Amino acid sequence: MNVFHFMLENHDEVVELMLEHLWLVGLSTMLAVLIGVPLGILIAHRSRLSSPVLASANIIQTIPSLALFGFLLPVSWLGERADRLAIVALTLYALLPIIRGTYTGIRKVDPAVLEAGRGMGLTNSQLLFQVELPLASGVILSGIRVALVISIGLATIAAAIGAGGLGELIFRGLAMVDDQVILAGAIPAALLALSADTIMGWLERRLQPR
Amino acid sequence: MQEAAAAPAPASAPVIEFREVSYGVDGAEILSGLNLQVRAAETLLLLGRSGSGKTTTLKLVNHLLSPTAGEVLVRGVPNAKSDVIRLRRSIGYVIQDAGLFPHFNVERNIGLIPRIEGWPEERIQARVRELMQMVGLAPEMRARYPHQLSGGQRQRVGVARALAADPEILLMDEPFGALDPLTRDELQREFLLLQQRLRKTVIFVTHDLREALRLGTRVALMEAGRLVTALAPIEFLQSPNPLAAAYVKAFGGDLESLARRGSS
Repeated sequence: MNVFHFMLENHDEVVELMLEHLWLVGLSTMLAVLIGVPLGILIAHRSRLSSPVLASANIIQTIPSLALFGFLLPVSWLGERADRLAIVALTLYALLPIIRGTYTGIRKVDPAVLEAGRGMGLTNSQLLFQVELPLASGVILSGIRVALVISIGLATIAAAIGAGGLGELIFRGLAMVDDQVILAGAIPAALLALSADTIMGWLERRLQPR
Repeated sequence: MQEAAAAPAPASAPVIEFREVSYGVDGAEILSGLNLQVRAAETLLLLGRSGSGKTTTLKLVNHLLSPTAGEVLVRGVPNAKSDVIRLRRSIGYVIQDAGLFPHFNVERNIGLIPRIEGWPEERIQARVRELMQMVGLAPEMRARYPHQLSGGQRQRVGVARALAADPEILLMDEPFGALDPLTRDELQREFLLLQQRLRKTVIFVTHDLREALRLGTRVALMEAGRLVTALAPIEFLQSPNPLAAAYVKAFGGDLESLARRGSS
């Protein structure tokens, strides 16, 4: 097939773009975990904060991605470099599933178990690290899994602002009206998403508390 | 009157004391003006129907709740002034359905507090072995997870866990409430034997008069957030108090033998 011919002939470029893609997705998801998990823990314990935080993350999610890139462009530190901007935008998109996963996971922990722990004299941080987080880990991971799969798709659009990644082939193919070039970007992106989903699903099952 | 007869020596000062304790949420009073003393090695059974304030009373002891009026003293120190984490670690707590940590196996559930307290590993292992034997759990249960245990076994683990750091006080909130009658009978019998040996100060919540008469050295009846009366099992059966009498009547025959067995 011609697509694979094209990919073989340009394998250096395809691999490089794929690595770039992974870098954008990996870094942004990591940042989203670093922000989203603590936020999710916070709102699970302070229920008054839960609606405003979840609503804000929801609103971010509804902004069309191209528009979000546009909004962030004038911000001076971000506008300087396209990959910076793309990473911030992707981080913002990944927040909602991660915050919501953490929040739901912790709220789902059996209150009787928590009360037993508290009654035995566990401190709040012992309760969090020994009971709440381990029991919520499956749901938290499924949030991260969703975020990851969304990000891999979304990151193709980052090429529109010159941040690189597999989107570059897709946009080039669009400009050239060449299906093969589009597919040379789209197929690896789809494969990345599938493998991320599979790996995370496996991790989720392994970490699932009995 | 009963208390006054057994002239309180300093050694038998109350281990737990409620002084004019009330507790309420949003203006609704759940517990009103409770005065109660629990002495060392006593098994006080808190008896009453749902919503009578039994569990609230229990949670005031380990400061899961703090009183809206009055004070709760444990070993003579008001709870408001003691370090809540230290207080709770010195009190064993057993609840219905055991509240075991589902992601920990039996060994880790029982050894949790010793581990947090930084005991050396060999001492934890030895303690877990000792406790499992004490509550009648076979050594091979060690690696099982709570969902792999029967209700009775889970409750045994719950008791072992509460005893892990050898607390002087034990709080038990309907620990045998969800068990089938045979298992309950078995665990009650073992509780009596264990208590003969360990002589902990126990507050035990139940709505079952039979359980109260059998296990208690004293039965405290609660109704609508008030303490009605606190009497030895035999006296409870003969109490002229209308609420106590109603309870006795509702449970019907053959209570006396239970009460005698418990107090003997």
